[in-house]
Amino acid sequence: MSPSTSHSAPVTHTILSLPDQSTAKMPKRHYLNNEDGLLSWLLTGDHKRIAILYLISITFFFFIGGAFAGLIRLELLTPQPDLVSADTYNKFFTMHGIIMVFLFLVPSVPATLGNFLIPIMLGAKDLAFPKINLLSWYLYVAGGTLTLAALVLGGVDTGWTFTTPLSTHYLNTHVLTAATAIFIAGFSSIFTGLNFIVTVHRMRCPGMTWFRMPLFVWSHYAASLLMVLGTPVLAIALVLVALERIAGIGVFDPAKGGDPLLFQHLFWFYSHPAVYIMILPGMGVISEVISTFSRKRVFGYTAVAFSSVAIALFGFFVWEHHMFIMGVSNYSALVFSLLTMLVAVPSAIKIFNWTFTLQKGSITFETPMLYAFGFMGLFTIGGLTGVFLGSLGMDIHLTETYFIVAHFHFVMVGGMLMAFLAGVHFWWPKMTGRMYPESLSKLAAVTTFIGFNLTFLPQFILGYLGMPRRYHAYPPEFQVLNVLSTAGATVLGIGYMLPLLYLGWSLKYGAIAGDNPWQATGLEWQMQSPPITSNFVETPIMDHEAYDYEWLANKTQKEVTTVG
Amino acid sequence: MDSVLTTAEHVEHEHASLPQHRHHFETEEQQREAGSFGMWLFLLTEIMFFGGMFFAYLLYRNWYYPAFAVASNQLSVPLGAFNTVMLITSGFCMAVGVWAAEMRKKGLLVLMLILTTFFGLVFIGVKGIEYHEKYENHHIPGADFSVAQFVNPAAYGIKEAPLSPDMAQHTEIYFFLYFAMTGMHAVHMIIGIVLLFWLIRRANRGDFSSGYVAPIENFGLYWHFVDIVWLFLFPLLYLINRHPLH
Repeated sequence: MSPSTSHSAPVTHTILSLPDQSTAKMPKRHYLNNEDGLLSWLLTGDHKRIAILYLISITFFFFIGGAFAGLIRLELLTPQPDLVSADTYNKFFTMHGIIMVFLFLVPSVPATLGNFLIPIMLGAKDLAFPKINLLSWYLYVAGGTLTLAALVLGGVDTGWTFTTPLSTHYLNTHVLTAATAIFIAGFSSIFTGLNFIVTVHRMRCPGMTWFRMPLFVWSHYAASLLMVLGTPVLAIALVLVALERIAGIGVFDPAKGGDPLLFQHLFWFYSHPAVYIMILPGMGVISEVISTFSRKRVFGYTAVAFSSVAIALFGFFVWEHHMFIMGVSNYSALVFSLLTMLVAVPSAIKIFNWTFTLQKGSITFETPMLYAFGFMGLFTIGGLTGVFLGSLGMDIHLTETYFIVAHFHFVMVGGMLMAFLAGVHFWWPKMTGRMYPESLSKLAAVTTFIGFNLTFLPQFILGYLGMPRRYHAYPPEFQVLNVLSTAGATVLGIGYMLPLLYLGWSLKYGAIAGDNPWQATGLEWQMQSPPITSNFVETPIMDHEAYDYEWLANKTQKEVTTVG
Repeated sequence: MDSVLTTAEHVEHEHASLPQHRHHFETEEQQREAGSFGMWLFLLTEIMFFGGMFFAYLLYRNWYYPAFAVASNQLSVPLGAFNTVMLITSGFCMAVGVWAAEMRKKGLLVLMLILTTFFGLVFIGVKGIEYHEKYENHHIPGADFSVAQFVNPAAYGIKEAPLSPDMAQHTEIYFFLYFAMTGMHAVHMIIGIVLLFWLIRRANRGDFSSGYVAPIENFGLYWHFVDIVWLFLFPLLYLINRHPLH
């Protein structure tokens, strides 16, 4: 990066034409071919390689979790229980939930894209603790393997929430194995968060002030705070469940004077903030993508940055809204209802600022942008229905129905998964040095969007009409909507298979990407793709704000003059 | 905007490099700061971890006050107090050890680490004696748990008002919390002692005699944290309201 920046001749034109990729060349040495052999991957300290390891493993678990979703939808095709028994169905949705929440959504963006990009975006050579980063991947794999063991041995049927005393006294399935798996995977998440926070505080390059950091880093910082503060509480809740199950002491058993609500408090104290652990990194991706494909600085940078921290902060004080129907005090329910609605404010700040970023921007519709648009629409619906559920009266009618299922799938799948795919497509050229096939991926983005809406919009109606969640049979009048939903899930499944296929294809046959195929401003785009192992040849010096397209135009022009 | 460029000289500033310096840090100071910051964050997660149990303690103590008061009378204050002194002494030795490492006094550092380990082991030993006593009295929660001593204290020669069988049953929750909290604390102590053996070996080899003291400092933070947890556990479990209000 050129350290001298002259603003004497401001360039006003915005870059609209993307660079010609036919002249792009694959660099000879990069992090992927710097060392060879399986061991060089399994013992690596390179954050970029660990990101790739994570990407492979979470993709694996995503498709296992997705297979269970498919089985659930298949059973619900007809009102009668014809595919599986009630117990097996319970295991299906439990495994779907556990795998998707703990092994896919929580690590999805932070452990892959975050791992890959945060050091580069901050101008650092690596995360602060590379060995702990690798350890965190091994813990993830250990947790994942144990989950698979629980699955193969016969499954768990507590629901992903491990509700007591059901999980501690009434079930003979592999609750202990699954709880241990989540305990271990939780430490993987703690270590990732800890690494990010220390890196953001201590590893920024000269000139990289807090308010020059990309918003991607801000949102990861906020999510990391939640990982570090929330996950240990889940850990202790699971330890108590395990001890209770082994010794039968009664700490959560009302028959012995224990309080099942205590477990709910401890569990949701983590698991509500966990929702923000999942969504905040996705919001970071969207900020980068929207800015790049509008060629404009993110509108209200400071507001968007602080709204991430505000979401993290408020997110810690809303957990009781999961317990409104569990006999908590009316007065505390009132306070938690109010606080729940407050979270909508910083979320809306983000949505409005992204919309204003688009205004008068030079928008193009590459695949990441299509996914980002999908995110904005679906997340808004998911968020607004969250406000419905946060109001006390509505919650009593709608909770434990398909309305709530549709609500959190709009946020988690419509929001987070769209953001994850936006990010994977956006940074794919940087990670692999090759482009994905554009028209096919646009098709996949549109397929996903259509399939998603077809799957989950009918579930809002089903829930409103009173169809409860977690049952394998239902009254015949709900069948039409359920068939629609299952049909949508099929389309959605195709939408997710497509990227797996063409991204795999592009690894060998994709067009060479070049350094900066999107003409984006981030530090990661000012280096070769894929980057060298130590990221930077010399420590960069940040001499401009984030999303400074004028700086980029100046730089490009200068390079053209020098080379030409 | 260009003013930040002057920091370039700062980066170029030369440092005599230690062998422990990791390549991805610009300076050793940065490495040291990152390490200690990471340790503080880790301790924060530990606070949240123990916090769940303190929360459970608070709840059940309010619900089952008589059971908690009578059950806590079963703990030995002299043993607890002795252990508290052991732990504080151990923490003191650790603090001197950190100072010794910074002053590059190798012999003193090794001695202090050994003393820290010794007092830690004494603590674990005394804890074992206490646990064994609970075992003999059938106060370990689970299948063997017995409320006999609380329902009929006179038969056991205990000068205590008897609890109703209903309330006496809740002493099990007290003892569960006692074992969960002190047990989790003891697990942290044992992990610490294992790390101490490793540090003693390294200190003896002279790893910390050249000004590289980060592992000693960070371990010191951990060890003091474990001490502080005990300083909360001791009053909550052993001391406060030993006798029920009548």
